[in-house]
Amino acid sequence: MNRHLTPTDLQAGATSRRGFLIAAAGTGLLFSFTGAGPANAAAGAFEPTIWYGIAPDGVVTVHVIRAEMGQHVGTAIARIVAEELEADWSKVKFDHVDSAAKWGLMVTGGSWSVWQSFPLMSQAGAAGRIALIEEGARLMGVPAASCTARNSVVSGGGKSITYGQIVSKGELKRTFTAEQLAKMPIKPPAERRLIGKPAQARDIPAKTNGTARYGIDAEVPGMVFARPKVPPTRNDSKVVSIDDSAAKAVPGYLQSIALEDPSANVPGWVMVYAKSFWAANKAADLVKVTWNSGDSAKVSEADLQSHAAALIADPKSGGTVVDDKGVDAAFAGAAKTLSATYTTSTALHFQMEPINALAFEKDGVFEIHTGNQWQSLVLPWLAKALGRPEDKIVMRTYLLGGGFGRRLNGDYAVAAALASKAIGGKPVKMVCTRPDDSRFDSPRSASTQVVKMAFGPDGKPTAMDHAACAGWPTEVMAPFFMPKGENGVAFDPFAINGANHWYNVGPQRVRAISNDLANKTFRPGWLRSVGPGWTNWAVESFMDEAAHASGKDPLAFRLSLLDASGRNSGKADGLTANGGASRQAAVLKRLKVAAGLGKKLPANTGVGIATTFGQERDMPTWSACAAQVHVDPASGKVTVERLTLVVDCGAVVSPDGARSQMEGAALWGMSLALFEGTEFKDGQVKDTNLSTYTPLRMADVPQIEVIFIESPEPPVGLGEPATTVVGPAIGNAIFAASGARVRDLPIRPKAVLAAMKKA
Amino acid sequence: MSRTIHLNGRAVSVDSPDDTPLLWVIRDEVGLKGSKFGCGIGACGACTVHINGKATRSCVTPLSAVGDAKVTTIEGLDPAGAHPVQKAWIEEQAPQCGYCQSGQIMQAAALLAATPKPTDAEIDKAMNGNLCRCMAYVRIKKAIKRAAGETGAPKAAAKAAPKAKAGASA
Repeated sequence: MNRHLTPTDLQAGATSRRGFLIAAAGTGLLFSFTGAGPANAAAGAFEPTIWYGIAPDGVVTVHVIRAEMGQHVGTAIARIVAEELEADWSKVKFDHVDSAAKWGLMVTGGSWSVWQSFPLMSQAGAAGRIALIEEGARLMGVPAASCTARNSVVSGGGKSITYGQIVSKGELKRTFTAEQLAKMPIKPPAERRLIGKPAQARDIPAKTNGTARYGIDAEVPGMVFARPKVPPTRNDSKVVSIDDSAAKAVPGYLQSIALEDPSANVPGWVMVYAKSFWAANKAADLVKVTWNSGDSAKVSEADLQSHAAALIADPKSGGTVVDDKGVDAAFAGAAKTLSATYTTSTALHFQMEPINALAFEKDGVFEIHTGNQWQSLVLPWLAKALGRPEDKIVMRTYLLGGGFGRRLNGDYAVAAALASKAIGGKPVKMVCTRPDDSRFDSPRSASTQVVKMAFGPDGKPTAMDHAACAGWPTEVMAPFFMPKGENGVAFDPFAINGANHWYNVGPQRVRAISNDLANKTFRPGWLRSVGPGWTNWAVESFMDEAAHASGKDPLAFRLSLLDASGRNSGKADGLTANGGASRQAAVLKRLKVAAGLGKKLPANTGVGIATTFGQERDMPTWSACAAQVHVDPASGKVTVERLTLVVDCGAVVSPDGARSQMEGAALWGMSLALFEGTEFKDGQVKDTNLSTYTPLRMADVPQIEVIFIESPEPPVGLGEPATTVVGPAIGNAIFAASGARVRDLPIRPKAVLAAMKKA
Repeated sequence: MSRTIHLNGRAVSVDSPDDTPLLWVIRDEVGLKGSKFGCGIGACGACTVHINGKATRSCVTPLSAVGDAKVTTIEGLDPAGAHPVQKAWIEEQAPQCGYCQSGQIMQAAALLAATPKPTDAEIDKAMNGNLCRCMAYVRIKKAIKRAAGETGAPKAAAKAAPKAKAGASA
């Protein structure tokens, strides 16, 4: 199995070159990683990277590089540090930092935050505790070996001293090498005092009284407002002329400028400036822009899908993620084969805060005030767009009014920066309207997948072949993240994860195919769970079909394939995959009991199951879902009555936050399965606001039960996994309730009716 | 043209043109940022304020239509941010990203003012116009029920109290 290059690898590489330095500096004790950068290594100097500090009053401030977008990530990371630091939680604070080179890779996505932070922040906390115990012991005149730390106090030999006192009086100079840090003993789960224990999220109160500050709330004196004229196509429109004569009647209208963008993030954009947002909005409606657009202005959703089908039909296309010997032979010699095609429609992020940013130049530095998930990706774009080095640009951090992957792509920050640059670096607040936001979204690409299975005479699978084609966000925006397939062709791991599942099905082939027409027509985006949002729709619908085709119970069929042998033992996929497919089998077994599978149900009602590993093989979040649905035989309308989810995510760091992520992500999965979908028409998404784009609302919410398996394993991510498992469970439930096999997302009543007729 | 609006118990003089939606007057002229811009067509509820106590979408309410009405935003719901709905929101840990929550809270407060003990169906009906993109609906609903208990009959309040305490100490 090909092991994907993930940011963990990058981060591990980065940290292994670092030492850990503890030194008393200024007013507080700074615990920091030190990196010998190429520029200053020769001089022997270290540039510290600061993760947390303890002030003389004992207050610990943890610096969080992850964006807060609803996951309460600051609370989770601060508690990881505080756990090993043995800090008094009431004295721990955190902040979300602005961009700076010293933080290394700044990205909030992939459900990686807790998974990646856990080892690093635990070790950082442990190192701090050891240093504080040593210094505290010295100050008290007792041997360090007789001292312990608890609740921000070092005690030993009948004496005690607080962390604040140690910082005030002591001389902390302890340093740790990378090797020492890596060997830093982390507490066994039974000794944890904060991790896994209930706690309120610190970001929540401000979100109930209007004081929470999002990017859209940022302002500076003297700023002007701007709303863009978003061109008719994403990538190939050029401004021919601008006629703003009608806009001049709008009080407060200033001017319209066609942006020049060397970074190619906002080609063909015209910015309409005014003294207020409302004036900019009205003026933009009146400004007439003529564009020359290329071929993508004609592309439809059907074009995208038929292009994908043609690419899949070519056996040479794509990168092979898995390419075992013997697949073709197994199919040639099969007693029976099964093949099915699954599709998903284009879907919008529709994060509630429309994209926006405030940009200006101040003291030689360009400041971008906005919520963003991947500062390290957008900074080079900004540097290119503005023609200045990255160290003369700073991204100021705000809360995100929803991320869901939209704000991994910081193209909107480039638009605001260019809008400011165009008027001499004066402050410009760019706000997109909802339709602007939707038209400029980096949507989840439409996908097409063909899945095939060969069976032996006993009905057991003997081979599997899965080809998936979609627009590839990573190819378009971050090609350096693309590993090479077995055949040497690079592929987008985030667009295919999930297809490389943990079932033992004999020799396997998984082909990841880039839909170049999609990439050209729009900028495909990472949308909550990315590929696993569609690959599992195919895999888990297909597993159900395969079970029925071989006359087996869908749950028993899956369990028989999750035997954790060979490559699915978990041994080849890193520490957090410990246990491999046996843990996936365990969540399924638990689901059987929790959901009461096998019970008799009323007419037109059925239960379907699905199971996934969340996001990535080396960060498996073992998930299982049972959906109970009612299908109205007259209209084909599907009502989800109940969702039962079982998850093994290793140690649960923040139990309530974890549950809330599971609840929200499960409903996302349901929304994408039944309520959300748009289509490309003339090179643009057809649905741009809530009048026709219809995410799930409160009245649609079924009964939801979420069960966490208690686990001593390291924690993995929870932001996305539930999104991946609900859709196929619903599809399989529709089959159980009505005999209708649906293979296209979103599932519309019309499609259910049509499939019922075929059944 | 300058006019006076009655905002959070104060008379505030504003200069925005008549057709400016109240949302932008509140946010950008008065500077109260708690009410949010989401869809601009009154379909997501992030901009919800109270006008004479009634939940109203400020993004589609022109300034000229406000007149002498009393406008209340999330900042004015309770001087200490401790309205029973706000307290219940914290106790149930309802917000995720939080962007829609000012609107959700204003909508819920209006619901409970009119219907102190709403049924599930009444909650769904009142809240269905408020989109939560994080889909924190499970907790929003729980929080409304908790707030209904707290603001309701003494018996229900007594029942809710130990639960609230457990939540707070957690």
